[in-house]
Amino acid sequence: MVTSVTSFGKNGVSDWLIQRVTAVIIGVYFVGLMGWLMANSGFDYATWKGFMGSLPMQIANTLMMFSVAAHTWIGLWGVTTDYLTSLQLGGSATGIRLLVQAVIILLTLVYLLWGLVMIWGGA
Amino acid sequence: MKVSIYRYNPELDNEPYMKEYDIDTQGKDLMVLDVLALVKEQDPSMGYRRSCREGVCGSDGMNINGKNGLACITPLSEVAPGVLEGRKPLILRPLPGLPVIRDLVVDMTMFYNQYEKVQPFLQNNTPAPAIERLQSPEDRAKLDGLYECILCACCSTSCPSFWWNPEKFLGPAALLQSYRFLADSRDQATEDRLGNLDDPFSLFRCHGIMNCVSVCPKGLNPTRAIGHIRSMLLERAV
Repeated sequence: MVTSVTSFGKNGVSDWLIQRVTAVIIGVYFVGLMGWLMANSGFDYATWKGFMGSLPMQIANTLMMFSVAAHTWIGLWGVTTDYLTSLQLGGSATGIRLLVQAVIILLTLVYLLWGLVMIWGGA
Repeated sequence: MKVSIYRYNPELDNEPYMKEYDIDTQGKDLMVLDVLALVKEQDPSMGYRRSCREGVCGSDGMNINGKNGLACITPLSEVAPGVLEGRKPLILRPLPGLPVIRDLVVDMTMFYNQYEKVQPFLQNNTPAPAIERLQSPEDRAKLDGLYECILCACCSTSCPSFWWNPEKFLGPAALLQSYRFLADSRDQATEDRLGNLDDPFSLFRCHGIMNCVSVCPKGLNPTRAIGHIRSMLLERAV
């Protein structure tokens, strides 16, 4: 049994499940958006803004933002714990991995909050 | 034919190197192990492991022209096109990812440590019957494709997840054995076994790239076994 405090969920099962569920949400969102773009070719800014400002799209965009944030963290956490280890980096591995993970968390949170402000800020 | 072999003796060499040998196979489709025996006649200092020479003991796992396999049951004709005809060299390296003791001999401690963690033995606390614990033919059939593993380490040492985290990720061989006991109707330690596998590393580092399946000399499918364990973990958690 390996313990990890930096993974996303409470254990490997939850991380695995969250990554798959978020992937489905991202996939459905992408297909839906492509469908709208194909059905509304040549749309203008007002149409786009009306579409994105509608309540269903605000909810979909919010779901998408959270899904991308969670999916990104779980995926990149896996990458950092694969490639930034003492096997590759020696004694400084833990410090470097923590630093990179901190930067990823910070960027993800900034993107998430920024996205939420755009979706719900009413601009 | 040309044979290129990874050589490293930590007592003599500063770093590993590849040494070339000219071997006369008389055009025969020899097993790689037979070629190694011919090399050994030329150069007795070259070290490798072997025992049963028929794919049962798992001693002579090595990297043969880039793919892990057992030297004793890998004929030259199956190594790569042109090797048997002598157009391409036979290239032998130790199993990747494990520390090299000498030449083609690796230190399997990390591999065996992971095997030990899955408690590869039957656990049943009920009083033992007079003769044996019976199993229906259907339950016995569930162990097919699992019990045949010979622990040659070809699978685990072809797995990048095992290369990167050999102390945290159990690797395909250990996980196959874990499922061998999870699937056994006579075993009662299912909850404990699953409880030791639900962290982010032990099992979930498997990303399903199936290198293990493509190299297993016994034709086993660790990825499928890992999938079954994952399903059991999901059922237990959801």
